[in-house]
Amino acid sequence: MTAITLNIIVQGLLTGLVYGLMALGLSVIFGVMRVVNFAHGEFAVVAMYAAFILFERLHLDPLISLLPIAVAFFILGYGLQRTLINPFIGRAEHEQFILLVGLATVVINVLLIAFGPDARPVNLSYSFDSYDVGPLIIDKVRVFAALAALAVSAALFLFFRYTRTGTAIRACADNLTGAAVVGLNVKQLYAVTFGIGFVCIGAAGALMETIADASPSLGPSYTLMAFVIVIIGGLGSMAGALVGGVLIGVSEALAGFFIQPSMKSMFSFALLILVLILRPQGLMGRRL
Amino acid sequence: MLIDRSKFSRRTVLAGTAAGTAVLATPSILRAQAQTLKIAVLLPRSGYLAQAGQSCHRGALVSAPVLADLGYKVEMVHIDIESNPDVARTQAERAINEGAHCIVGAFDSAGTLAIAQVCEQRQVPLIVNIAAAPQLTEQGYKFLVRNFPTGQMLVSGGLQQLKTLISATKVEPKTAVFLHANDTFGMAQRQGMDKLFPAANMPFKLVESIAYDPKAQDLSVEVTKMRSLNPDVLLVVTRAADAIKLIRDVVRQKFQPMAILSPGSPGLYDEEFFKALGPLADFCAYALPWANPKSKSSQALEAAFKKMQPDFRFPIECFNVGFTFDALLTAADAFKRAGSTNGVELMKALKSTNLVDHAMIGPPITFDEKGQNNNIPAAVVQNRGRVPTVVLPADVATMTPVLPAPPWQGRT
Amino acid sequence: MTALWNEIPRHGKWLTALLLLVFIAAPLVVDRYLLSVLVLVLYFAYLGQAWNLLMGFAGQLSLGHALYLGLGAYTATTLWLLFGIGPWIGVFVAIAVAAAAGLIVGWLGWRFGVEGVYFALLTIAFAEFTRIGFDHLGLTGASGGLFLPVSPTAHDWWNLNGGVHLFYYVALILAIAATLLAAWLRQSPLGYRWLAVREDPEAAQAVGINVFRVRMIAMLISAGMTAVGGVFYGFYYRNLFPSQIFDISRSIELILGPIIGGLGTIFGPIVGAIILTPVGESLTTFMQSSGLNVPGAKSIFYGIILMIIISLRPSGVWPWLAKHLRLDRPKS
Repeated sequence: MTAITLNIIVQGLLTGLVYGLMALGLSVIFGVMRVVNFAHGEFAVVAMYAAFILFERLHLDPLISLLPIAVAFFILGYGLQRTLINPFIGRAEHEQFILLVGLATVVINVLLIAFGPDARPVNLSYSFDSYDVGPLIIDKVRVFAALAALAVSAALFLFFRYTRTGTAIRACADNLTGAAVVGLNVKQLYAVTFGIGFVCIGAAGALMETIADASPSLGPSYTLMAFVIVIIGGLGSMAGALVGGVLIGVSEALAGFFIQPSMKSMFSFALLILVLILRPQGLMGRRL
Repeated sequence: MLIDRSKFSRRTVLAGTAAGTAVLATPSILRAQAQTLKIAVLLPRSGYLAQAGQSCHRGALVSAPVLADLGYKVEMVHIDIESNPDVARTQAERAINEGAHCIVGAFDSAGTLAIAQVCEQRQVPLIVNIAAAPQLTEQGYKFLVRNFPTGQMLVSGGLQQLKTLISATKVEPKTAVFLHANDTFGMAQRQGMDKLFPAANMPFKLVESIAYDPKAQDLSVEVTKMRSLNPDVLLVVTRAADAIKLIRDVVRQKFQPMAILSPGSPGLYDEEFFKALGPLADFCAYALPWANPKSKSSQALEAAFKKMQPDFRFPIECFNVGFTFDALLTAADAFKRAGSTNGVELMKALKSTNLVDHAMIGPPITFDEKGQNNNIPAAVVQNRGRVPTVVLPADVATMTPVLPAPPWQGRT
Repeated sequence: MTALWNEIPRHGKWLTALLLLVFIAAPLVVDRYLLSVLVLVLYFAYLGQAWNLLMGFAGQLSLGHALYLGLGAYTATTLWLLFGIGPWIGVFVAIAVAAAAGLIVGWLGWRFGVEGVYFALLTIAFAEFTRIGFDHLGLTGASGGLFLPVSPTAHDWWNLNGGVHLFYYVALILAIAATLLAAWLRQSPLGYRWLAVREDPEAAQAVGINVFRVRMIAMLISAGMTAVGGVFYGFYYRNLFPSQIFDISRSIELILGPIIGGLGTIFGPIVGAIILTPVGESLTTFMQSSGLNVPGAKSIFYGIILMIIISLRPSGVWPWLAKHLRLDRPKS
């Protein structure tokens, strides 16, 4: 029994890291621009399809194709911010909401028309393999995806800490007026931030494709999951997103095992409600 | 500030209504002549049921030439209900306004029920192609017939067939776990299971019933839970893509049950299932009403399908395609006998349906006073070489069943 | 109320009267399809008014109104199905249940300083939590659904069972009543407090308004009204599924109207509903007649239309229309 429990925790932790990377994108964008990306999950699904196509056409493992996908998503995010999102910066939340809900609707249905409703898998040579670690059985793909998610997150941490652009973006998040006063090109930085948020989505989507199968209807549930994670971890906190992802991954797994699998996401929402009430800024967020 | 801008008035409101009305009213109300039956086919071709809805839609498209060859005069209008009951309801109204004499649809219970409201009030027959909620024929609709089993019928037919399967293959499973999606369809099956299993006298014991969230991202916990119970048989009721996640995690967790069986659900035989799992998809078996490889309509349907839908495989789509065809055939046949497009007359003819040759396995299609066809037997279908193959009952089978399933490792 | 009516310019009064007449007489003129679309228009206008009280007036964004809709629908239908209590009595229980849920959400949120987008996400969480809960609630058929018997020939208004005309007029009365209520609340002392709290909660607190209380009242009324919409939905469709009624897409569709129409205005929710529902239906019709009948294409256009409207008219269509028709300023 304990071995099984441990196994469940490990699986939940690994999946949680990938979820965490996806949520990280949401968190970065909100932390800097105060825009809640309600089309988040839909774009993650776009990345899943990108990974699927690259695998079908060029036999690229999503662990490799996540690099070109991340680059393409940076450009996509940058462009979206410059054209569609920028006029909505600083506008009321409900206006941003309608814009992004409209965008999400468009994305889902374009995917439906382009790829049809079927789930699209990537069949890697190791898709069905697992490691035996003592009494534990751990999926290979989950281990790889989790490690890749950690690596991408680490790269982003380093970017925000040590590069000039990264520091400048953090300055915008901390004090917008101050940042503008010292001569930072806020508009440019916002677009870069959106691009980086999309890098997270792109990379996470490519990794998700190894665990799940792309289908157009996945979008809304990914968006919702990213919200839950980010609120629990703390909107705007990078470490919080990963911690939130792991927490959700593990708690859903345990709730599913010990109580009833169909009720497992109820526990995520209960956890979210609890966090919002006891610590509204999230576990690792700064004070509101 | 919003406060200053928002004083009263309504002129524009009017303008808006007028414009809206004008656009909406444009399709003129055409009453088709009585020589052809105008059928509106309402299916969820976008939204979360798109996969099944589009599959049924292909069935409707393919049925047109087959019905014409059989001498039926029908004309179809295809309408997407977007997996949304609100849309289903208004589109049913529109279809009837535009002259539909009957409606065929709508794959899921919520959409079908929304259409049933309209059909009932407007006295236009609704021929259900697929929808399993027992209440459809229990709520008192007078303009509805259903040539599809209820959740309970699926389970009872399914369990019976699985029993024959087990005795035919000489495996001796002692225990089983039942896993089902917690949605309308899965719940109807669960309720059937709870009611019927104790009396079904199955050779194995049901150790536990597990519900999973159809919105779940993966089924690894569910599989771990099943593995910890280590049953000989997995009984599963899945939705399409979930079956992939299920088998994948079963393989990864090195869990090797004697058999993975379904007492009647989609998932184990979708194209995506075969594409994702390859040889691992084989030997899963499911008891379902199935297209009769030996019936004339079914063969004609298959030929038409091959010609018109070369990107899809008939053996995989034949469940959705076959039931959609049979619904259309039932409508066309009733029209032929009634000689009228009048709803009441059509309904009278529908109730006295006695269709001997149809696509799905089973005795002639007939309906009881509630509009339910109670004689829709299940066949046992097993995935063999990535093709769903009828293995039982023997008179329609094209192969003999193989159980226990060979180990996951080393399959080709 | 009379003061408000007097503020409307004369041509506005005529238009108001004419519009009312059009809606009252519509069933005599239009066919059943249009009538069923108009039922949806009125239903969304009604729900839009309910949501607008909380967001437009009190400034609190709820993305989880499906919670109150579903609770209202399930309460009244369950009472009728299990205990034979008719909807006209059940509706009060439904209001009470939804209002209580609203108070819990509001209390937990605002008491602990959860505001803005955090509050919006809290409301989603409650709605989803309840959805999964109802998926497991055996009393109401769990995820299998709840079904009311059908007797199509009945014209039984007491049990809300009948044809589209019955529901049309019920929806019309609901929409009118909600609009009058919104108009009355708007110019009541409470309405002014709401606006003050919406514009600047801290300043409102400073001049002695109990921000928390004022918001709670808005939530109470909004949730209760939404529950009435749920009762209507339950008896109109006569079947309920948790995955449908509590779904986040329900919450989203009911807020599109008031935002597109004009947040915080009396007529915005009506205008929004009059625009959006027919736009959706016309798109479907257009797609079919043009042969562009690809599933999903309609939704793409619908999404684009949403994006265009919110980009061009961020404060909604109604304020802009009103200005152009010179209806935005009292004459005297």
